[in-house]
This record gives sequence, C-alpha cells and structure tokens, in this order.
Amino acid sequence: MSYVNVDEKLGVNKFHVDENNAHIVLKDNPALAEYHKLFLACPAGLYKIDDNGVLRFDCAGCLECGTCRVLCGETILAKWEFPSGGMGIEFRYG
Amino acid sequence: MSDFDAIIVGGGLAGLTTAYLLAKADAEVLLIERGNFAGAKNMTGGRLYSHSLEKIIPGFAGEAPVERRIIREKISLMTDDSSVTVDYYSPGLTLPGQDSYSVLRADFDQWLAGKAEDAGAQIVTGIKVDDVLRENGQVFGIIAGGDEMTAGVTVLADGVNSLLAQKIGLRAELPPHQVAVGVKEVIELPAGVIEDRFQCPSGEGSAWLFAGQPSGGKVGGGFLYTNKESVSLGVVCTLSDLITGAATLPRLLENFKNHPSVAPLVVGGKMIEYSGHLVPEGGLDMAPRLFDAGVLTTGDAAGFCINLGYTVRGMDFAVGSGECAAQAILAAKQAGDFSAETLGCYKTALDESFIMKEMNMYRKFPHFMENTPRIFAGYPEMASDLMNQLFVVNGRDQRHLYQKAGRSLKTVGALNLTLDALKGVRAL
Repeated sequence: MSYVNVDEKLGVNKFHVDENNAHIVLKDNPALAEYHKLFLACPAGLYKIDDNGVLRFDCAGCLECGTCRVLCGETILAKWEFPSGGMGIEFRYG
Repeated sequence: MSDFDAIIVGGGLAGLTTAYLLAKADAEVLLIERGNFAGAKNMTGGRLYSHSLEKIIPGFAGEAPVERRIIREKISLMTDDSSVTVDYYSPGLTLPGQDSYSVLRADFDQWLAGKAEDAGAQIVTGIKVDDVLRENGQVFGIIAGGDEMTAGVTVLADGVNSLLAQKIGLRAELPPHQVAVGVKEVIELPAGVIEDRFQCPSGEGSAWLFAGQPSGGKVGGGFLYTNKESVSLGVVCTLSDLITGAATLPRLLENFKNHPSVAPLVVGGKMIEYSGHLVPEGGLDMAPRLFDAGVLTTGDAAGFCINLGYTVRGMDFAVGSGECAAQAILAAKQAGDFSAETLGCYKTALDESFIMKEMNMYRKFPHFMENTPRIFAGYPEMASDLMNQLFVVNGRDQRHLYQKAGRSLKTVGALNLTLDALKGVRAL
C-alpha cells in the first residue's frame, strides 16, 4: 500500500510548537503490537515505522485528538497531556 | 464567597452556551479556553442542526458565520469503484426550527464567544486548566498555571478527552469500541463551483454521508459537507475496528478522496487544513456521572452525541446540555447551595429535554452498528450488484428482474438482510 505523505498535509496547518515540552511521550521499547495500532489510527500519521522497521515518533504535528491515549494510554505511552495553554494545533477553519 | 458563580472549562458550543446564558442572567461567570481563541481546538464534520441554538438565540443563522444552509441530503453505499446514492432535495429541510447549517468551528465558536462576552461573561484564552479544587468531595474551583480560582459550580465542557472528568472520577477511560476517530481535509473551491458540482442554490449546500469504501469496510464512514468556499471531506472510524484493518486512517482518507465518484467533486481544490478529532459514539452506555457536588459535565465531555449513520449529531446536544447546565447553576445559585442534591436538577433538566429523550430512544443503536458489519462490508457490494443488474444492458442477459435481484441478495443472504433490517428498525 503506497505511502501517504501526511507531513505535507500537516504542513498547511497552523501550529505553535512547544519545543521545551513534549506533551506526548512514548515509553522506551514500546510493544510493537501496541505501536502498530497507533500506526494505523493516528490521523496525523505521527507513529511511523521506517523502511528498516525502526519506530519514529515525534509529537510535533499532533492534532490533539486523543486517539493514542484511548488506544495505548495504559500500555506504551509514558505521558499524554494537552499541550500548554496556547500551544499546539490552532485550527483556522475547524 | 467564591470568585465566580461558575467557572467553565472549555470554549466549545456547550461551554459557550452556558457562559452566554449565565451572563445574560447576571451571574458572575468565567470561561477558560486552552486555545488562543474559542474554537482554536474545535473541529466538526460538520453540520449544526439549528433547533437548540435557535431556542436560545432566535434567528442566529442570520448573524452567525454559518457556511451553508443544507437543502440537499445524500447517502451513498460505496464499493471500491462504484457508488449507489440516495439524494433528497427539499425546501422542507430549510424550514425554521428544522434547518441545519454546515459550519467551521474556528469562526463559529468565536462568534458565540463574542455573544457571551457581550452578555457579560469573562473569557480567558491560551490558559490550560490543570486541575479542579476539591474538598470533602465538593468541587469549588480550578487551578490553572499555579493560580487558584473558586466558583460555586465548575462546568467541565472540555470535550471528548475530558481529563478533568476522569481525574475526579466522573468518568472512566473511553473504551475504543465507543469512540471513533475522524480525519478531515478542508478543500478550498470557489462558491460557484461548489454550487454547480453539488447542485445547490447560492448560500445553500449539501450534506453527504458514505458507507463502505471510505472506512475500508470497517465500522465507520465518510462525509462531505459543502461550506461557503470550501468542502469538508473526511472519514470516521470506530477505534476498535480501525486497528484490525490493513490501511492507516490517512490512507483511508486518501482512498476516499480518490474514489472515482468523489475525485471529480474536489478536483482543482486546494487543501487548506488537515484536522482530526475523536467522537464519543457509544451513546448513553458511555455517559459518565453527569454531575457531582459543585461540578457538571456537558457536551462531548458528557458523551452527548448520536450517530445513526444518516444523521450525525453532537453540536445540537452540546448547545442543549449547555442550556440545561445554565438552568441548574442558576437554581443552585438562587438556593445558595451547590451540593450534588441541588445540582441534581441538571439531570432533571436533561431528562426533560430532547437530549435524554433521544439518547434513551437510540440507546441500542451504537450496539447495532457495531454488531452489524454487513452495513460496512456486504450491503454496499450488494447494492452495487443490484444496480449493475438493473442498469447494465448487454443483449445477453434475458432473466427477469426478480431473478437478477435474487442473485444480488444471495451475496449477503436473505435471512441476514431480514434480520439486520428488523434489528435496525428496532434500534431506531
């Protein structure tokens, strides 16, 4: 199945990126089966698996939907918070 | 003495409605929104059914930044390369009190926030509420950025991911089979092009829901709403089912956008926003405890949403629950008593409103959808096959219509069809 460039789509959005505070933190060595759920369900495609099978996650670009929290908040997420006030996604349309 | 009669957490439709009504009744009200403006974090498919806001601000659509009044309803069953569509066009859809509008929340919510401020509500933005203040089970305010502010009632209008409601035990974690994730592209197109492609007069538009291909046959569907100068195209999938599939959610949206019956509708358009959001779709079975001493939950935080497949509603419930919350807070203020007993009138108001009547009426429906996979994979193929039998002329097939239709029905089985229809009708 071909790759969808979600990063490019996220590029049109307005974000206030909080460089000093990652609001979602993944546990070390997350269970693959759990991670795969997020690979499928994250609308922002932030839970990546590269060609070598390496897991790559960065919470910049998060749409703050909460999908990963609901699916894996108890398993492979070390932290899920809303970004600090005024930070994160800012919908211009919504 | 509290700093405020009420502190509202969250500047969406529920919170803003409560703030507006309380301020109008001269209560001291503070609304705190974590985004930089009310609406900055809010997202809808989406369409607002007007009835509940109309009751509060009569004629609101004349002044609010609504997108288009919906005059056309479409539902499609889709396979990978075909679609069967029901198309209902009627001025009856636009009569006052039963009209509905496509909306984009960044603009719409800011408008409602302006109304609340004009009425006297204080709204602060860009501040995240970290916790509620509690003593002996009584909530009496909030903590934000180290500052404490007190209130008779704290209203949790902080959306589907209400961490505060979870923190104080009003609700448990959302189960994946009761929550759907939506992903949406807003695609800019000239107004005239939209009116041509969707066959709508100026200022009016269509709402379109899709089953089958958009969700890759999983529990979910696609949507396409016309805005003034854009369309909102998206896919919604129930989390528990989405994670059993092969395609990622962004891939499903891309496939849907490229479907031969959808692509021509958005061709030439420019994607101007990409968004995602959770939808509480479990109905009444996922409703939290709606109130406790000094605290109420409203809107998505309370799980007020109904998805029947052909109508999807959340915003009218948010507004309605905001109204019930305001009534309850005013009654408690009058009594000078913010105990759970007094605030129980919130539940009474909800029970007497359309909210609980409809949440109760459709209680079984989420279960039906979840347990009838043929709606999403089976019936779309059957409908397509049936249409194929009807419309394809090749000079070779001389069977009667009932014989042809019989073949289509066999794909899912007449018994399954009958049972699903009965179950569906009972759940409605």
